[in-house]
Amino acid sequence: MLLAYVPILILLIVVLGFAISNIIISALLGRHRPSEEKLSPYECGIEPTGTARERFSVKFYLIAMMFVIFDIEVVFLYPWAVVFKSLKLFGLIEMAIFIIILLICYAYIWKRGGFEWE
Amino acid sequence: MLEGLVFIVMGLIAIVCAICVVFQKNPIYSAVFLIQTMVSLAVLYVLLHAEFIAAIQVMVYAGAIMVLFVFVIMLLNLSSGDVEGGKDKLILQKTSAIILGLILFAVIGVVTVKTVLHGTQGEYTPEYISRIGNTQLVGKLLFTDYVFPFEIASILLFAAVLGAIILAKKEIKE
Repeated sequence: MLLAYVPILILLIVVLGFAISNIIISALLGRHRPSEEKLSPYECGIEPTGTARERFSVKFYLIAMMFVIFDIEVVFLYPWAVVFKSLKLFGLIEMAIFIIILLICYAYIWKRGGFEWE
Repeated sequence: MLEGLVFIVMGLIAIVCAICVVFQKNPIYSAVFLIQTMVSLAVLYVLLHAEFIAAIQVMVYAGAIMVLFVFVIMLLNLSSGDVEGGKDKLILQKTSAIILGLILFAVIGVVTVKTVLHGTQGEYTPEYISRIGNTQLVGKLLFTDYVFPFEIASILLFAAVLGAIILAKKEIKE
């Protein structure tokens, strides 16, 4: 039974090997001539303005919360999709009710400005 | 044999990572170890022939829930001084935590040793599940026998959205 997961194991080994070997190879082959410019935090070429350790706005958390909720909605779609044919019309109706309730939810978020970045 | 070996290895990884979550000074490192704990638990779900739950564990817990954890760390944004300071103030908490932890450990140990687990095999044996397919069986049961809890789940998600919007957006509308 576990033999079916050998590809995942191979992927895991390749990913880990790639990451670790990159660190080792760059440490071995790279030149180390640090200067003040090189060691300063790289921020897309823009001069850093202050520390990165500032408190983030709760707006980010709100977006993450919405993401989790609609992610869980999608989770229910997976088991529904695999048995969709055997459920016939009943399955379509019950999923329609589920989606409509969450669409009302979506409309509510939109109306309250949950997606607006002010 | 192979499954037993995988169980021991992944169980050990899960326990070690869980311990690391508690002992890390930097909360972001704790979050990374928590991801590893959750992925190890997903492997344990696979060993229990619960492939659907394993996939959900990785997708929802290691993916979505961890995003929330990291955001909470960023929102609080403890500087290193906040983390290091106040070490001596926690003596009472530490001693009581150790005593209560030992009591819990003893109770779990006694119960594990004393209890003899015996039960009758249910309707859904591993052979039956592997013949139909784990996700198919979950889908079949969820959308026939447990259709009411499924529809209630959408109401629950709605309630979660309401709570989030009202808590985070209350300053927009008076």
